[in-house]
Amino acid sequence: MTDNTANTPAATTPQRTTGPFSRFIQATELDTRLLGMIGALALIWVGFHLYGQLAHGFGAFLTPRNLWNLSVQTASIGIMATGMVLVIVTRHIDLSVGSVLGFCAMIMGVTQVYILPQLIGLGHPMLWILAICSGLLVGTLVGALHGFLIAYGKIPAFIVTLGGLLVWRGAAFLVARGETISPVDPTFALLGGGPYGAIGATGSWIIGAIGCTAVLGMMWLGRKRRRGFGFPMRPLWAETFLAIAGCGAVIGAVLLVNAYYWPKGIVKRHVAETGIAMPEGGLFISHGFAIPVLILVAVAILMTILMSRTRFGRYVYAIGGNPEAAELAGINTRWMTVKIFALMGFLTGLSAVVASARLGSATNSLGTLDELYVIAAAVIGGTSLAGGVGTIYGAVLGAFVMQSLQTGMVLIGFDAAIQQVVVGSVLVFAVFLDILYRRNSK
Amino acid sequence: MTHTQTPLVELRDISISFGGIRAVDHVSLDLYPGEVVGLLGHNGAGKSTLIKILSGAYQRDGGEIWIDGKKAEISSPRDARDYNIETIYQTLALADNLDAPSNLFLGRELTNGIGFVDDARMESETRKIMARLNPNFKKLKEPVSALSGGQRQSVAIARAVYFNARILIMDEPTAALGVHETQMVADLIQELKKQGLGIFLISHDTREMMELCDRVSVMKNGQLVGTERVEDVTEDDILSMIIMGKKPDAAAAH
Repeated sequence: MTDNTANTPAATTPQRTTGPFSRFIQATELDTRLLGMIGALALIWVGFHLYGQLAHGFGAFLTPRNLWNLSVQTASIGIMATGMVLVIVTRHIDLSVGSVLGFCAMIMGVTQVYILPQLIGLGHPMLWILAICSGLLVGTLVGALHGFLIAYGKIPAFIVTLGGLLVWRGAAFLVARGETISPVDPTFALLGGGPYGAIGATGSWIIGAIGCTAVLGMMWLGRKRRRGFGFPMRPLWAETFLAIAGCGAVIGAVLLVNAYYWPKGIVKRHVAETGIAMPEGGLFISHGFAIPVLILVAVAILMTILMSRTRFGRYVYAIGGNPEAAELAGINTRWMTVKIFALMGFLTGLSAVVASARLGSATNSLGTLDELYVIAAAVIGGTSLAGGVGTIYGAVLGAFVMQSLQTGMVLIGFDAAIQQVVVGSVLVFAVFLDILYRRNSK
Repeated sequence: MTHTQTPLVELRDISISFGGIRAVDHVSLDLYPGEVVGLLGHNGAGKSTLIKILSGAYQRDGGEIWIDGKKAEISSPRDARDYNIETIYQTLALADNLDAPSNLFLGRELTNGIGFVDDARMESETRKIMARLNPNFKKLKEPVSALSGGQRQSVAIARAVYFNARILIMDEPTAALGVHETQMVADLIQELKKQGLGIFLISHDTREMMELCDRVSVMKNGQLVGTERVEDVTEDDILSMIIMGKKPDAAAAH
């Protein structure tokens, strides 16, 4: 597609004679890292699918059902990974997120099953909202406490959060003496996904339309601003390509989630409950986007705006690049650290909502080992442990890569021990690739 | 020349200690508008420490800072900026991972109506100031780690000049520069002087200081050896002050 449009007059601006690929990258201003990660993701998906096809005669990976489930499973890790980017960019680390998630989930479980029903009555419409607020508040406070100890107590983040890893897991146990708390509020449970926790075909198309409008609107606005300041603009063919790729991805996602229908059993129950007539040949109800996935998308968009468009985000990068310079520029780096860890805690609380809603209960082991997946997602997504570098979209893609590996290995029947070996090796290998990439791009 | 006007900056009896060592020991200095005062001394003489007290990076233990004849409270870099004190640090204090406009406006980002940082406007402002300071500067979108020493210096200088400094502190501004760029900095100092700025200049290069400064102050072991007008002393006098820690008349008494 790029070849035949490259001959339009807009593209014939004088440029150095380079290969078609680098010219393409230059014109579209796409991040080569981003392309590399999408390529790696595609490779993982196709690889698992083909392996399934060859070994078991059925490739289960590239099916609407699996990809839909993959998106839901990614949500919890992905939400936390966006916060971990800020933590790692400012040269810190947070090893406690898995335990804090478990603690927040237990607090929310106790709030909605034991405390609130006594105060406002079972099934109260505000119950799920108050429960969520309790979890988010606890997460934020725990994060702020970590940040305070790191910034003002000058204790290394590694130690504070390593301690937190034990403290909050133990605290999660103490909240209810290790009991599993269920069932959660029915509205609360929708936030975890499942047939009812998805927005259906029509809703998904509406989201898709909003997404496409946003893509086109942002490109139009960007072009207008560049013209206003007399900055160089992308050639028209590159803009067209980006518009088609962006909208294509959105529409493709809508088609995919709408191609996954409710399981027969749930359709039967639904028909029985609502009393509608079962049409001949069966009733097909699309899942559409799952609510946790929409939460992840919303978080990713808001965090991207935060990091690229606000002073807060600029200061996060500045502190990561040169803490002393940031301090001399009048940035209150200590208070920033508190805010960053509080935000990490808030997002962990949000992940706890998604994770416990998906499970339909709160257990004190929820989120075990999540810290490793979250850190791996951020690092695979290009966040540098040396600080100063990292993107939100990279971390979300990294979460997808980690979850794809995990899901894929389950599908082809690797046992848990091999899964751990592979995931651990991939993390080390990804960081090595990252180091090579940075060395060559200098 | 004698000054009849009020000094722009008066540092009175400034002291600071780090772990029992007096890095700056009862030092008093003043600076008038349109004047360049040089600070000389060995490494560890306390020049940079003294200057960091004025720029808000360190908190003094004793003494007073007076600006425009009024007592000033400077307890953070932000306070210093409110008094239009701008500093170019020896280390340049740049965030290497950010581009030139982000560094220029670090801590003072331009924002649009809804409070988002306005990258396009900052880039265009950076373009304007760079056209004046260093017309060869073109790499506005790359992280400053990709820039040469001179270009990085231009970013640090642009940061001080853009925000209409009245008091400029330059710590070793030419240490990392080539001949051409050093001349550029010298020209800039002359221009800023004409505009009525007061400049504190720190350098090791005595000859350069004799050319650029109106007065030089020599420090040794945290104490002020003396302040002399450059037309009253020779380079050798200054050197003996740095090395011996004595005033030239005392040394010249044979």
